[in-house]
Amino acid sequence: MITFDNVTKSYGTNIGIQDVTVKIEKGGFVFLVGPSGSGKSTFVKLILKELTPDKGSIKLNDLEVNRLSNRQIPKLRRSTGIVFQDFRLLPQKTVFENVAFAMEIVHMSQRAIRRQVPQVLNLVGISSKATKYPNELSAGEQQRVAIARAIINSPALLIADEPTGNLDPDTAWEIMRLLEQINHRGTTILMVTHAKDIVDKMEKRVIAIDKGRIVRDDANGCYGAYEDEKLPGFLQMGGVFNNNAE
Amino acid sequence: MLNSWKCAFKQAFKQAFRNRAMSVASMFSITAMLLILGLFFILVVNVNMVSETAKKQFDTIQVFLLDETTYEESSVMLADLKRMDGVSEATYQTAKEAMDKWKVKWGDNAYLLDGLEDENPLPNSLIIKVSELEKADATVTRLKTYDGIEDIKYYKDTVDQLLKITGFIQVGAMIVILFLVIVSVIVVSNTIKLTVLAREREISIMKYVGATNWFIRGPFLIEGILIGIVSALVSVGIISFIYYKITELIGPEIFIMLSTTMVPVEFLIIRLVWIFLALGISIGACGSIVSMRRFLDT
Repeated sequence: MITFDNVTKSYGTNIGIQDVTVKIEKGGFVFLVGPSGSGKSTFVKLILKELTPDKGSIKLNDLEVNRLSNRQIPKLRRSTGIVFQDFRLLPQKTVFENVAFAMEIVHMSQRAIRRQVPQVLNLVGISSKATKYPNELSAGEQQRVAIARAIINSPALLIADEPTGNLDPDTAWEIMRLLEQINHRGTTILMVTHAKDIVDKMEKRVIAIDKGRIVRDDANGCYGAYEDEKLPGFLQMGGVFNNNAE
Repeated sequence: MLNSWKCAFKQAFKQAFRNRAMSVASMFSITAMLLILGLFFILVVNVNMVSETAKKQFDTIQVFLLDETTYEESSVMLADLKRMDGVSEATYQTAKEAMDKWKVKWGDNAYLLDGLEDENPLPNSLIIKVSELEKADATVTRLKTYDGIEDIKYYKDTVDQLLKITGFIQVGAMIVILFLVIVSVIVVSNTIKLTVLAREREISIMKYVGATNWFIRGPFLIEGILIGIVSALVSVGIISFIYYKITELIGPEIFIMLSTTMVPVEFLIIRLVWIFLALGISIGACGSIVSMRRFLDT
């Protein structure tokens, strides 16, 4: 699905990621964890070709991402669903229109839109809010809309960039269950997160990045020592302890 | 394809409506520009008309022949003249014909000429019409080589002066028009830039979802064009009204006095509509493309 081969990307003297080689299988559910500034965002941006690597190659299925021209970027992004921490819904469009928009840009007919959008809204559990505007929804509902938009074109890959970052624990779990459900339908999911308890409980593959390098890649991992870089050192001890106990 | 155009149009209308204040602002600025532009256009068109009329009135060279020049001699001259480049017509006019013309011209006062018929003081003459005023000089130079000519009369200096003035006005107006077009593109692109800026986040979301640049640009482009079309129609309306009032105010008498006319309103409107639509559309389109460029760089 996704293959990084010796990828390096730096910003001037700052390192984004360095010599990253990793493979994510089709149908997988992968957590990408690490402290702020560790290179998680760079990783995601490279997949979406928002950034171009200095070195190495990135492949998405058979697509050589780093060789795509600017004109081909929209095509790449359509084959990938993206969910953000801040939802990024279009504020002047209703829930229905927000989801329909993703279909309009791939030139789907109005009939297909009228048929598929309600199905997906139903899947994510917000069909009753179809005519509401994003600011009339709770955070959890907005994230559901964002997920609906991300999966409406049945992408092979769904990238979730801290999707639970703005949500309370209960809502966060609802979203996780939804993502898991989508994963079961065959969509590969790459989730960037800081949520230790979620990562620990889900028992999925965990790729940990620090200072631009992959420091850990466990098939059924837990969050590890990177739970919160803002905490003073002695509090992080717990995390280290946790990691050692593994 | 059709579907996406429909979609873009729908978007553009919604957008223009949601950003009413901005749309109205850009409409006002384009309309204002087009109005000033239109006034200059009217000026140019009428100056053109005056110079054309002048050219027509002064495209005749009168050659007065000496009394001793025979008809045969003048026939040779005529034949020679007719072969010349730039001469559209050359006729022989006898002294009697000239007198008859005067009589017609003087109308009611023609009786004053009555006594002159027997001893006609007017000479026989050649009337030469030039097809291009610019070639009148060459014709005159040639005429001067003939014998048997008393005098050559044509209004070169007057026409030259007139053409100089009208040419100056035309060039001046063109420069002003060009300048105004540039200014309006800048004004419109700034206005649209503001609407784009307000929607920068929206555009970035669209790009994340995988919209192509043209998909994003489309509605803005159509919005710009719509604004351009509306402004064009509004300004044509206003200008036609003003122009109509002006011609009415001046009245037909003055035109007869000046022996010229103004370009008729209908003639002007038809041309203005096309010119303004073209201008409005291109100003709107350029404005939106220019202002979007920064946001669509990937």
